[in-house]
Amino acid sequence: MSFLQWITVLVAVALVLPFWRVMRGLTIYDRMVGVSVVGTNTVILICLVGQIYGRIDMFVDIAIAYAMLNFSGGLVMAKYLDTTGGEPR
Amino acid sequence: MIVLAKGLMMIGTALLFIAAIGVNRLPDFYTRAHAATKPDTLGLISLMLGLAFYHGFDLSSVKMLLIVVFVALANPAATHALGKAAIHNGLLPITQQKGVSDGAGERP
Repeated sequence: MSFLQWITVLVAVALVLPFWRVMRGLTIYDRMVGVSVVGTNTVILICLVGQIYGRIDMFVDIAIAYAMLNFSGGLVMAKYLDTTGGEPR
Repeated sequence: MIVLAKGLMMIGTALLFIAAIGVNRLPDFYTRAHAATKPDTLGLISLMLGLAFYHGFDLSSVKMLLIVVFVALANPAATHALGKAAIHNGLLPITQQKGVSDGAGERP
């Protein structure tokens, strides 16, 4: 295996590890933190796979769109979970 | 240039593992948010810079730098909003929960 393939496998392992926190949770905020980490690692994994396939000019656009969706999804879930309307209880 | 790219990628992979272990092993939501934000963002920055150096100067590497700038602004902002929601809904840090001592004595 080449260097980029080793890096890709290690990033994929680091992507799988926070799913334990997403499953176990204890609060909904812990699950959202795990989802945020998984999304950030997915952006890196998309770019690495594109570099391995030799089509990075197409995959990097998908990575930009995924980063924007990850940010807006986390922000919308945070505003939804804030049930006090922005004021401390 | 290739040596610099490979070194940055190895540092980034180590930081991603630190972030994953921290998210799994730290005791509290706020400490987990700390572990999810800072090592993960720095790991993405160094992996993307390493991949841009590995690829060479191109439109694609400019887009990778765009991803770096966007995620370095967006990822702490999203986690900050999540922590704000948690503390508005009354989730206490672990040093203020009942039955947990942090070695600093009694708290009011």
